[in-house]
Amino acid sequence: MELIKATNVVKDYAGHRALDEVSLAVKEQSIFGLLGPNGAGKTTLIRIINQITAPDQGEIQLFGRRLKPEDIHQIGYLPEERGLYKKMKVGEQALYLAQLKGMSRHDALKGLKHWFEKFEIQPWWNKKIEELSKGMQQKIQFVTTVVHQPKLLIFDEPFSGFDPINANLLKNEILQLKENGATIIFSTHNMASVEEVCDHIALINRSKKILDGPIDTIKEQYKNDIFEVETTAQHDVTHHFSRNGFKLIEYELQGSIQRVKFQMEHQMPSNELIKNLIEKMEIRSFREVIPSMNEVFIQVVEQANPKK
Amino acid sequence: MNKSLLILKREYLTRVRKKSFIILTLLVPFLFAGFTVLPAWLAMQDDEEQRTIGVYDASDLFESRLTDTEFTHFNFIDKAEFQVIEQDISTSRFYAVLHVPEDILTSNKARLLSGKQVTFDVKNMIGNKLEDIIEKDKKAVVIEESGIPDLEQKLASTRTNIQLETIKIGQTGEAVKSSTELAMGVGYAAGFIIYMFVFIYGAMVMRGVMEEKSSRIVEVIISSVKPTQLMFGKIVGIGLVGLTQLVFWVVLIFLIATGLQFFLTPDQAEMIQQSQGMMGQAPQIEQNAVLNAIELVGNLNIPLILGSFLFYFLGGFLMYSSLMGAVGAAVDHEEEAQQLMLPVTIPLIFSIIILFPVVKNPEGSLAFWASMFPFTSPVIMMVRVPYGLPMWELLLSMGILVASIYGTIWVAGKIYRTGILMYGKKVNFKEIVKWLFYRN
Repeated sequence: MELIKATNVVKDYAGHRALDEVSLAVKEQSIFGLLGPNGAGKTTLIRIINQITAPDQGEIQLFGRRLKPEDIHQIGYLPEERGLYKKMKVGEQALYLAQLKGMSRHDALKGLKHWFEKFEIQPWWNKKIEELSKGMQQKIQFVTTVVHQPKLLIFDEPFSGFDPINANLLKNEILQLKENGATIIFSTHNMASVEEVCDHIALINRSKKILDGPIDTIKEQYKNDIFEVETTAQHDVTHHFSRNGFKLIEYELQGSIQRVKFQMEHQMPSNELIKNLIEKMEIRSFREVIPSMNEVFIQVVEQANPKK
Repeated sequence: MNKSLLILKREYLTRVRKKSFIILTLLVPFLFAGFTVLPAWLAMQDDEEQRTIGVYDASDLFESRLTDTEFTHFNFIDKAEFQVIEQDISTSRFYAVLHVPEDILTSNKARLLSGKQVTFDVKNMIGNKLEDIIEKDKKAVVIEESGIPDLEQKLASTRTNIQLETIKIGQTGEAVKSSTELAMGVGYAAGFIIYMFVFIYGAMVMRGVMEEKSSRIVEVIISSVKPTQLMFGKIVGIGLVGLTQLVFWVVLIFLIATGLQFFLTPDQAEMIQQSQGMMGQAPQIEQNAVLNAIELVGNLNIPLILGSFLFYFLGGFLMYSSLMGAVGAAVDHEEEAQQLMLPVTIPLIFSIIILFPVVKNPEGSLAFWASMFPFTSPVIMMVRVPYGLPMWELLLSMGILVASIYGTIWVAGKIYRTGILMYGKKVNFKEIVKWLFYRN
């Protein structure tokens, strides 16, 4: 079932269209990657979902009905540009932000205690934010984003500013939140993390959505008939991959193994290709090269924005 | 809990708990008391040094008539000694030497010689003594020559001092003693306090908004509450901080004043009042005057003045702080803020400039229009209220102010909502006017 659904959302700023007929749907208890180059309109869309600003056209539905002002209690938002009151104490500030999300003081205290213990940061409770390192501040901000147990979580570049250990800790927390029933919108430029955590992605470029689908399907869709074979080194196979509709991309000789990466100029079912190759050489391994999300991203965006 | 209330509570508590706030709130009344009472008290301290003045009286008019005072003694010397001293002042055993020439009655001149500059008090005292004696002599001659009996007493009886009592007659016909000076003082003080607080606390709202914008916390907060709720909570919270400070100041100054009256002898208290010129013709202070003053204060329409003060205090603050909040939201840096602040504060500065002319003539057309114009009325109307004015004028001014506050908050809200999420863009007025037409 869809937790949140945007339909034909349009947002104009003076003389500039930030979102152009963008529609997307996020399944419940999934992680949805919202991708796109800088300035494409991702933040505008996120702000519309957070009701920080309203769309000019189109609508947003949550749980199958139009978004209401009270729904902000169901949403947790970690903006890309982090910030807390520098002079305020950690605990006091976390309590304040939790209460602004509609929690009672009592529940907020209980929830914060749980998270502070989990991250082992109780000793920070009475420190001022400005006394903490940037990474520590990020942790506090993460806690304040999730403490009210929102149904929908929006993370904008959640890993920026974290060291690899803490980034990993955070990634596991995000996956755990999903296991516990939360739905997550995840906006990032870090394609490796997209592949690790996302179930589904949408790509926005110049105010328009240009790609949308489950991550496996998309990668499948953008494979370029590139294959990799390993053969024995009895005789040189490079000449075979230089003609007959093959295009040699990479060749490597490693002891008794030759590794060849090549592209087919015409599509051919894998089975037929293997049959074809097996007659010419002794195959140790064969696999189709699926593009990484990074490659898909670059390919799609470059196609959409041809260089002048 | 209501979210605006939560925000209000935070804005209030974080500021009231600040050390700088506590120190300022407690210290200012003492400084105020110190600056008003101390110089007066010091000036009043008698000069207790014993001084001897040598007198060489060539006119022979003053021998034995120049009487010693508690601290100053006169010692008559002869010509020879005087000449020695005149040659070389360092041989003098006197603080100063008075040389009265023979022709003092016609020349009106005398000399006071000393090694170092004589004090003002000494010079004054000697001058007065000489004048008194000569005047007395001359008077005696005139009286004798005229041959009119009891002339001196008759002349004395012509001296007149009119006390003009101002009485205000209300519409119901009751006569009330009033005081122009008091109305002036109250009006001036009220106007000035409003000006000061609107300025200081309006700027505080601006800095608060800028802090939220530059620390980027604003995006988190407005994903939890509406920007208008945030702005409302902030403005009201800071306004209450201002009221808290004001109340503390009034109470503390009152306590200090009462305390001082206990410590000072009645004499000293009277002299302080004299030296401050508070009572005008203070020399004849009697119990009557005190009672009179109490009556005059009582005759001011205190509920009306206090009520209007609160109204214009809050009204002026709401008006200006919402605009300053909008300025804070529109800019990224302090320098840009200064630039945009100026046009906002010009009417406020203007009202302090015209404050004095209005105090002098609270009925004039400048006073009337400035007390209607919503950007100046918070300061200017408060100057007029203690004098008393037609009810319709007060109500009209209040009505205009309320309507303008609505308008201002609407405009400020628009600018605020767009501005707080706008980074890295240098704004000008054209840009801001555009924001007014954005749909959010």
